[in-house]
Amino acid sequence: MSTTAVPNEPTTAPAPASAPAYSAAEVRREMRGQLLRSKTFILGVVIILFWVFCAIAPGFVANRDPAKQDPSKKWLRPFFNEGFWLGADRKGSDVFSRVIYGAREIMIIAPAATIIGTLIGIVLGLSMGYFRGALDDIISRIIEALMSLPVILVALLALTALSGSRLTIILVIGFLFGPIIARTVRASVISERNLDYVRAAELRGERSWYIMFAEILPNVFGPIVVEFTVRLGYAVFTMAGLAFIGLGTEPGSPDWGRTIFEERNSLYSDVWWTTLFPALALASLVVAINLVADAVQGLIDR
Amino acid sequence: MGRYVLRRLGLAVITLFILSMVVFFVASVLPGSVGRAILGPFADQASVEKLNDELGVNGPFWKRYFDWITSALTGDFGDSYKFKQPVMDFIPTALVASLKLAVATLIIVVPLGILGGTFAALRQGKAADRAITIAGLSLAVTPEFVIGILLILVFAVKLGWLPSNGTPNGSIGQQIEVLILPAITLTAVLFGYLSRMARAGTIEALEADYTRTATLKGLPRRTVLRRHVLRNSLLPTIAVIASQMSYLLGGLLVTETLFNYRGLGLLISDAARGRDIPMLMGAVFIIGAISMVLILLADLLIAWLNPRVRLGSKQ
Repeated sequence: MSTTAVPNEPTTAPAPASAPAYSAAEVRREMRGQLLRSKTFILGVVIILFWVFCAIAPGFVANRDPAKQDPSKKWLRPFFNEGFWLGADRKGSDVFSRVIYGAREIMIIAPAATIIGTLIGIVLGLSMGYFRGALDDIISRIIEALMSLPVILVALLALTALSGSRLTIILVIGFLFGPIIARTVRASVISERNLDYVRAAELRGERSWYIMFAEILPNVFGPIVVEFTVRLGYAVFTMAGLAFIGLGTEPGSPDWGRTIFEERNSLYSDVWWTTLFPALALASLVVAINLVADAVQGLIDR
Repeated sequence: MGRYVLRRLGLAVITLFILSMVVFFVASVLPGSVGRAILGPFADQASVEKLNDELGVNGPFWKRYFDWITSALTGDFGDSYKFKQPVMDFIPTALVASLKLAVATLIIVVPLGILGGTFAALRQGKAADRAITIAGLSLAVTPEFVIGILLILVFAVKLGWLPSNGTPNGSIGQQIEVLILPAITLTAVLFGYLSRMARAGTIEALEADYTRTATLKGLPRRTVLRRHVLRNSLLPTIAVIASQMSYLLGGLLVTETLFNYRGLGLLISDAARGRDIPMLMGAVFIIGAISMVLILLADLLIAWLNPRVRLGSKQ
């Protein structure tokens, strides 16, 4: 909810494709080149790909069964102790394998929720920015009310009321992010709306939906991509927070937030490895997403 | 200015109304059977129906909303399912505890964020700027409990310098001790956001014509920064920060749960796990209302700082 109010946020797409001297393909190649030369971007992508791989095929990375419990191994210390690379938790499960398997839940929920939110945001934002008027006013008021509440609170209300299944949490975060993304899209659309190409399309008698989706949308794509990457970070943040409060994941799930919630009292017995490693995994993921978001934003902002 | 204040107040009332609808809608239309939720899956249907009748959850939506909002406006949010006591017996104490934590956090984070942001702006594009920006952004999306866990581990468990849980009680010194770790946790999350605001504000002032004029008429750099740049960038930055308080309020939820700090955040997360709907609705509504009042005050401050709005000229 924060990013939309930042003064230096891009509100207009620089529309590189319309620069006269270069073809769209050349511009794309140049942008790709710039990204690939950015070390922070590469680092971010590598970390994200690692967690994506863990989410898809955790069995190739983890060396033990994360669900297997062996009470005799309770709180086995790290590192590389009796085949337990990062020690064992209070139930005698392997911490390393649980961290690897724990990537799956968040790597499904966060991207899926962000995609849903972005789609909602595009449709809402385009309609609000293009039609303005009463529709814009009413939706803006509702968005304002929603945004005065912390996202995690509304999500918590909804998850308490509905079931805490994976689909629910995806939909809840997606629907909450939709209006936030819509604000960014709306601002971009408003600055595009009065440009000549929109006027021309209107004079040609194009339909509204065609102008919105075929004429304006490609030109506001930059800010949408930036918003998507930033929101992805917040989706991870929100989902992890909910899991930590004990919502949205099954008890005993290897999910990082859930694990930290369940293991946090072990800290006081000087057992730090059961919480520290999932915490570091989570931190590495959000930092990686941010590095990518920062690089993409820097590219589109110029 | 008068017209603006009236318009903004009117909007706040409408927003509050929409908020109450959202809270009520989300919390009470969807649960299916409240009685079933309280009694669990093994209770027989007759006692579920009986409890539903007693709780008055069977009426039509509009009637239930009207009943809820009219008593809510008189400060009555109903009885907690779990404690069988009025929700309002719990909210004020929790609110005071949360406010203490919020104030402690702001005391640390506002100067720090402004300092960091201003410093980054003066080094714009250089390594220090990039480092502050990326570190701030990363901290801002690192979940509170990740940072909190690290702090507890180092300062409470390993070094044993500070308590890692509890609620402020007793002497001022003891209260401050309890507040330090949760406040630093929240600071870490808010710092990136605040410094970004301060950075943007400072850059705007640095690039403004009056700064150029001051430099060109030969004022020393220090004087230009103090008199022209900072004076123009600080207040708007603080106002913008105030308008984003919902961020801090959301952070309370996770931070208080981690530190077992008996504030509104812990009250809400306990109520959510125990499906204590009246407690949940009451506490969330109070947080939403507070957040809205803060945003309103911030908007009025921003408007007052802007002469075009204050003096009532038309755009």
